Amino acid sequence: MLGAAVIVFREILEAALIIAIVMGASRGVAGRGRWVLGGILIGIVGSVIVAALAGTIVEAMDGRGQELFNAGILLAAVIMLAWHNVWMSAHGRALASQMKQVGRDVSAGMKPLSALALVTLFAVLREGSETVLFLYGLTASGTGGLALVGGGVLGLAAGAAIGWFLYRGLLSIPIGRFFSVTGWLVLFLAAGLAANAAGFLNQAGLLPALSMQLWDTSQILSQQSWFGTLLHILIGYHDRPLGVEVVSYVVTLTVIYMLMRWVDPSPARGLPRPTGGRKGASDYS
Amino acid sequence: MRSIRIIFAGVLTFGVMPQAFAASESYEIVILNHRFEPAELTIPAGQKVKLVVDNRDATPEEFESKELRREKVIPGHSKATILVGPLVSGEYRFFGEFHEDTAQGKLIVK
Repeated sequence: MLGAAVIVFREILEAALIIAIVMGASRGVAGRGRWVLGGILIGIVGSVIVAALAGTIVEAMDGRGQELFNAGILLAAVIMLAWHNVWMSAHGRALASQMKQVGRDVSAGMKPLSALALVTLFAVLREGSETVLFLYGLTASGTGGLALVGGGVLGLAAGAAIGWFLYRGLLSIPIGRFFSVTGWLVLFLAAGLAANAAGFLNQAGLLPALSMQLWDTSQILSQQSWFGTLLHILIGYHDRPLGVEVVSYVVTLTVIYMLMRWVDPSPARGLPRPTGGRKGASDYS
Repeated sequence: MRSIRIIFAGVLTFGVMPQAFAASESYEIVILNHRFEPAELTIPAGQKVKLVVDNRDATPEEFESKELRREKVIPGHSKATILVGPLVSGEYRFFGEFHEDTAQGKLIVK
């Protein structure tokens, strides 16, 4: 049962951390709970469907179906995260100052919310379908119901707990700096997911590796260790990265960052914006 | 939205760099009772190789190798193709993530 719990936990962890970041990034937006919950629920239903179709997906596209499916989901998530961050660069400061002044939730429109709900959906879909397959495998091999349910629930609870800790930790950040922190988190998350997508495209034979192993830091910080796993999920740490992964990481990071600066309306970056000069939400949509 | 289009363009130029899915030598590895057979496989260095993993168990397995930088879920009673290489000589471990205690294997490249 414990073995099953550990595997479920490992699969769930990435989705849990991404949901925590999404919940942080959408702080103050009315109705976000419903959107994120919707993303999770649709993701779970999708996971079961993807798991049921796993055989078909593996054989699709000359045996490259699974790689292309994963890469596609990852890249879609990257685009949604980028969209969110660019939108926040245009409106975030206004959002934060409203939250400070009014001291309660404000409505900031649907746009970044639907993007973040999709990010949640994609995260649950990817990690969830592997979890469903694994748990199904346990039933197929005749493992008892207790081990199955117990392992699943335990792993799920542990993953959710870590996500909850991250979210609570985020909330302790003062509101003035809050969206700048979540913005960086989303930026690094997006870059890491883009690198993973590049890895899958290389596995599918569509991208050259450029280098099979640009560096090897597995002795210093193994990606298998818990800290290495956390860093892998949050900022895309790889202990033995392909060249193409590092390239796509840097390119994604740079492109999103440049777009964020490009749309940022503030005249003096890093300084608090004077009140009154705030732009309306419609100016940049 | 212009920004979205730019990101899209970036992703596309990145994604569309077709590399030959060239016919390469094919090797079969069977998964039976959560073990790889053969557990050690020798392949030539410096060329692309196709590993066809035939999972004869009823349970799915995730073929994974940190050293080969590959991970693929293989449903029960099905086959999956995994492209590796070109690789430099050496040993590359792989394992089944869902049954890590028994499913261990090694690719010997020379």
